[in-house]
Amino acid sequence: MKLMKRVFSIFLVLMTALLAHAQPQEIEMADGMRAEGKIYVVVAILVVILLGLIGYLVLLDRKTSRLEEKYKENRQSRP
Amino acid sequence: MGGLFQMLNSKSIWWKSLCALLLMYSVVGGFLMRVPRLSIVNETIRALYYHVPMWFGMVFMFLISTWYAVKYLRNHRMDDDIISVEFANTGLVFGLLGIVTGMIWANYTWGTPWHGDPKQNGAAIALLVYFAYFVLRGSLRNDEQRARLGAVYNIFAFFAMIPLIFIIPRMTSSMHPGSGGNPGFNMYDLDNNMRKVFYPAVIGWILLGCWIASLRIRLRRIEERILDEAYEKGV
Repeated sequence: MKLMKRVFSIFLVLMTALLAHAQPQEIEMADGMRAEGKIYVVVAILVVILLGLIGYLVLLDRKTSRLEEKYKENRQSRP
Repeated sequence: MGGLFQMLNSKSIWWKSLCALLLMYSVVGGFLMRVPRLSIVNETIRALYYHVPMWFGMVFMFLISTWYAVKYLRNHRMDDDIISVEFANTGLVFGLLGIVTGMIWANYTWGTPWHGDPKQNGAAIALLVYFAYFVLRGSLRNDEQRARLGAVYNIFAFFAMIPLIFIIPRMTSSMHPGSGGNPGFNMYDLDNNMRKVFYPAVIGWILLGCWIASLRIRLRRIEERILDEAYEKGV
């Protein structure tokens, strides 16, 4: 464990040094998501909300179908 | 009209997937596709893709609701009353969302959330007329009476809504596009490029309304049957 921690801290120091070194150059980032005033982020959020709502509606739909089935079975089993 | 709703079988999946697909497209296309550059309105022109379909959805839901109200009065089937009520319910949700989104949009383009625009006032009065529909129904104990009076009032409410939203705003001057003498969406109001998102969005939201209403109808049918059985057992 101790060795792991030491290796990790060395790695961290190295990485920070590397990052500091790389600063002046052009760094590749996921700029696509931030283009045009970050509009894609809003689109992603709305898509998630819409997917969630539609998914919820699908679940509700299935639940209703199950209730209908259950009701039908219950009715047939009675004399 | 009623046949159209019956065509949308509540158990079938094709129109529900179509609804999800169209709404997805309207969100992605609505934000990323090209819109005309207008002063004051700026990017808020995109609100048209989401605010206006609420009203299209509301009118469509109320239309189906009235259709089934007429049907109820003709043959007195309780099921038609259930369909009529649940579509009115869903339409009201669309209307409230339309009012609220309109207020947000108005706040940033007209200066105040409530501008007193004829169309805005008309829409608010139309919603109040429909609120009264639910008050009327809630105040009646007898099922038969509630369904009959509800159906009669529903027809009145629909035909009160038409002039309030579509006719009066055109007779006076209104800040809404297409009002003050012009017919609805002409080439000056709606850019051709915007139609590609707007119409799919309208169809998508209408289908979503039908979906929600169909769920409410199915639940109500089971509830009614259970209540009927309990009543029969009691007697």
